[in-house]
Amino acid sequence: MVPISHYLILSVILFCIGMWGVFTRKNAIVIFMCIELMLNAANLAFIAFSRQLNSVDGQIFVFFVMTVAAAEAAVGLGIIIALYRNRETINVDDVNLMKW
Amino acid sequence: MEALLFYTFAAIMVISSLMVILRKNPIHSALFLIVTFFCLGGVFLLLNAQFIAAIQVIVYAGAIMVLFLFVIMLLNVEREVASPSGHGWQKFWAFILSVVIGFSLISVMRATVFTGHQGTFTPETVNAVGNSEIIGRLLFTDFLLPFEITSILLLAAIIGAVILSKKKL
Repeated sequence: MVPISHYLILSVILFCIGMWGVFTRKNAIVIFMCIELMLNAANLAFIAFSRQLNSVDGQIFVFFVMTVAAAEAAVGLGIIIALYRNRETINVDDVNLMKW
Repeated sequence: MEALLFYTFAAIMVISSLMVILRKNPIHSALFLIVTFFCLGGVFLLLNAQFIAAIQVIVYAGAIMVLFLFVIMLLNVEREVASPSGHGWQKFWAFILSVVIGFSLISVMRATVFTGHQGTFTPETVNAVGNSEIIGRLLFTDFLLPFEITSILLLAAIIGAVILSKKKL
């Protein structure tokens, strides 16, 4: 029987790897993939607690998180395609019109 | 047995997610992320969440990542070249920040005793009826309002995606 803290430590490791990717990468699509990785780390924490507390509410919430993530992926990729159509680049360093 | 499976999945997951952020080719990053999602589905099965494990594989690894791969192929993304403006300091401090936050959160996880209000859905009662049936029952009774709001959210996402793909915005 694996203690719940191991599942949570795995969730924290995934979250920190995703966060490192968001800070480091320059490709907008790869940044988006790292955000999805962070969302999945949170999902793992929800499911781990749902098992620990003998409740199904965690799994219901993961259902809604996945729905929101799917909607966000669709709209976000639409934004990236519109950005590419106008600027010919998806390098986030080149999209700096609002920089001071 | 559960421990062996969990540590195997965890090792594959950590290595794959490191490959996601370290590979320069975005297609390789997407494929390693698919491996991560499959292993995460396996971990969900270990945690007695069969419905969520199936949904994870079908929706995340099967729909969202395929959408990512299509967009990467459509935009013909090049390999990431090293930036000429020298972002060394940003990468260094990003690594330090991630390690610091990771260590502090892990120390909190190890030190806390996790108690809370125990619910009534023990694994035996859930498996007697079926995980999908219990989730379906809860979605249509206790969680009906979030369920209906989610349908409106998906409608907004569909409208947004269609608008964003018009020729003249």
